[in-house]
Amino acid sequence: MATGFNIHRFANPGRFLRLAGALLPWLTGGAVILFAVGLYLALVGSPPDYQQGDTVRIMYIHVPSAWMAMMGYGLLGAAGASALIWRHPLADVASEAIAPVGAGFTFVALVTGSLWGKPTWGTYWVWDARLTSFLVLFFLYVGHIALTHAFDERQRGRRSAAIIAVVGLINLPIIKYSVDWWNTLHQSESILRMDGPSIDPSMLWPLFTMIVAFTLYFFAVVMTRMKAMLLEARHRAAAFAR
Amino acid sequence: MGGDAAFVWPAYGVAALMLIAFALLSWRRLRAAERALERVTESDPAMSDDA
Repeated sequence: MATGFNIHRFANPGRFLRLAGALLPWLTGGAVILFAVGLYLALVGSPPDYQQGDTVRIMYIHVPSAWMAMMGYGLLGAAGASALIWRHPLADVASEAIAPVGAGFTFVALVTGSLWGKPTWGTYWVWDARLTSFLVLFFLYVGHIALTHAFDERQRGRRSAAIIAVVGLINLPIIKYSVDWWNTLHQSESILRMDGPSIDPSMLWPLFTMIVAFTLYFFAVVMTRMKAMLLEARHRAAAFAR
Repeated sequence: MGGDAAFVWPAYGVAALMLIAFALLSWRRLRAAERALERVTESDPAMSDDA
């Protein structure tokens, strides 16, 4: 059957390079425009919260960072599974490109959450289920990066990292449902709810704009890193062949 | 923003630093890889994709 969309077609490095070349300008341009609009809405165009005051503005970077951290790990797990099961040539490259970016977003989510927590909860940190599971996510990313580079034989490191990526997927539902399963200081879900978001539209639109900007940025940076790694591999092969 | 500024601006600062750093480092790595590959293909056109 040759009909329909087949994601495996893009596992070909040459095809991926052509796709990245076509998509990168759009992803980058879209991210720049939406960051400009989103930042204006977040810092100027949206009202302060009646309880949180201006600290609510931290939400416009905290929530998108947390979403990118989780989405990144989901992709890392999928890439790890692809590497282990199908041995896709691009899966290891994707993993190495995603992990540091995902770790960066996790770090930003932890720091911005902490800066929001102090004026709101009266403390920078509390060992509740949401915060702790998110800290575990950061350690999973760091563990993945460390394992990738831990062995002289590169493929062993990549394989070990792929295993940790797949096993670590169990942490994603724990993060997502931690606020429902346990009594946490972190507030419960306010966007992806069955009965619709509980945030006022004047704050939801800036948040939505920033989430799309962060998503475009994430894919632009990951694609740039993947493209660079593939060209480095070509360069090594060319230098070796001479 | 009053007293809230002490929490809001550091949060935006950390996020901006991370976003700019990753974008710049990734772009510089790509440029370096493209230049290195260009040097090899210029000295040996058989290595080029078009060959």
